[in-house]
Amino acid sequence: MEELLKVNNVSMVFGGLRAVSNFSMEINKGELIGLIGPNGAGKTTAFNMLTGVYEPTEGTITFEGNLVNGKKPYQVTAMGMARTFQNIRLFSELSVIDNVKIAYNMHVKYSLPEAIWRFGRYFGEEEEITNKAMSLLKIFKLDGKADEQAKNLPYGEQRRLEIARAMATQPKLLLLDEPAAGMNPQETHELMEMIRWIRDEFKLSILLIEHDMSLVMNVCERIYVLEYGFCIANGIPEEIKNNKRVIEAYLGEEVS
Amino acid sequence: MNNIRKQDIMSLLGCFVLFAVMQLLIMFDIIGPFWELNIVLIGINIILSVSLNLINGYTGQFSIGHAGFLAVGAYTGAIVTVKLGLPFELALIVGTLCAGLLGFLIGLPTLRLNGDYLAIATLGLGEIIRICILNIEYVGGASGLMGIPRETNFAWVFWVGIFVIFFIKNFINSAPGRSCLAIRENEIAAETMGIDTTKYKVMAFTIGAAFAGTAGVLFSHYFYIAHPASFTFMRSFDILTMVVLGGLGSMSGAITGAVLLTGISAFLAEYPEWRMVIYSITLIVLMLYRPQGLFGNKELSLKMFKLGGDNSGRTAEGK
Repeated sequence: MEELLKVNNVSMVFGGLRAVSNFSMEINKGELIGLIGPNGAGKTTAFNMLTGVYEPTEGTITFEGNLVNGKKPYQVTAMGMARTFQNIRLFSELSVIDNVKIAYNMHVKYSLPEAIWRFGRYFGEEEEITNKAMSLLKIFKLDGKADEQAKNLPYGEQRRLEIARAMATQPKLLLLDEPAAGMNPQETHELMEMIRWIRDEFKLSILLIEHDMSLVMNVCERIYVLEYGFCIANGIPEEIKNNKRVIEAYLGEEVS
Repeated sequence: MNNIRKQDIMSLLGCFVLFAVMQLLIMFDIIGPFWELNIVLIGINIILSVSLNLINGYTGQFSIGHAGFLAVGAYTGAIVTVKLGLPFELALIVGTLCAGLLGFLIGLPTLRLNGDYLAIATLGLGEIIRICILNIEYVGGASGLMGIPRETNFAWVFWVGIFVIFFIKNFINSAPGRSCLAIRENEIAAETMGIDTTKYKVMAFTIGAAFAGTAGVLFSHYFYIAHPASFTFMRSFDILTMVVLGGLGSMSGAITGAVLLTGISAFLAEYPEWRMVIYSITLIVLMLYRPQGLFGNKELSLKMFKLGGDNSGRTAEGK
């Protein structure tokens, strides 16, 4: 399998706090990877390093052989990584379709004068963007609400819209930060199906942070476990389920 | 898409009709010199509020130094016509470009700040520009630059205003414009969606500043004089009030705000002692009952009256 992302001995230090220590990870093309760990284990920090929000203090991250360290978030997105947020960050005053259209902006080729005087490529590309955004919304069953303000959507649909928006940047690796947070079991189940389907349909890799064990165990092919910034285990779900250290991290040590 | 093009043409036709009516009213003296002056002033204020709205309303960067760019336009335009004896058209272009260039240079460092910090920085910059001008003897220093020919008339203000409105409307309805909206809504998310936030913030700031410069050229070439006292921070606040009153992020709002506030102060010109009282009461009442401004961030459109049509921003109401 072809390697997509390689994280090599990465650490992130905030003052005296080592949020992530010597973390390594590889993601191959088409894989569905989970990143789990108790609260405060450094999962989101790891995410932020991958997406350029933080620059790692030590170690290197490479994506398709290109160095991610020191890149700004928008440059990382241009390389082919897109993410969602733990606390939903939609463009809440804008319409649902505009949310998705904005994510296509990166691929827009018409120039500023063409936009303002409305000639040349403007109309063609705008139509193309609208169509693409619409078909993406259809996939996520949001097409009926295209003109609604994003903030008026129910919670579950806001989560879906965030994923749809991330997909619009046409990523090779999709990073989902707790996509099931705040969802009921039914919604979580649908989400699970959707994540798998996205991976197969768009042929991309997915890395997700999640607390919902059933979702992680069912969906992910490999799992990394973080605790206090250290990677304490990685492997297939079966191994993780029976790993002593993981159980300790989650349930506490057995009194002997 | 043809729909939008058709709508643009219709709006433009509406502008022609409006222009013809106004021009005739002025020609036949039904609108007297007092109101003609105020209509020109309204036009200039519309350009200012619409351009500030691009920065404050659409891009969400709280700038209160607009009078500074107005001053730059007013003075550079005047230098072109008075000192160099070149035509007014050139003055318009030079004034616009100078203000835009300054906006670009100032925007690069200051737009790294956000919220209150940006507001204070731009407030300071506006004052710095004014104090600089105050101390340049070449442009008259504290007594101002006098003897500017009156080149601006209703027609100039009207068509330049329409130009600015269309420019900004089309900008907002394009990919770069949507990037600006995204920055206003959530800067972190915008950056993760592949938007170079600094680039688009500076772009919006530059365009806004440039059009403030255009307004400045029109301003100084109507009132014969460019005087530092016209460009204090109170002037910046005036423009900001128009935008906020109309509704941040609404083109119709910015236009209405400019018409309303300039209109109110013109109406109250006969009662100078009551002018500021009524002016402030209007603002207080409005902020109490409609804190999001008259239009919120909605646009006035035919859709509002259930007549159909799309709502990509109706902008036909020149004045």
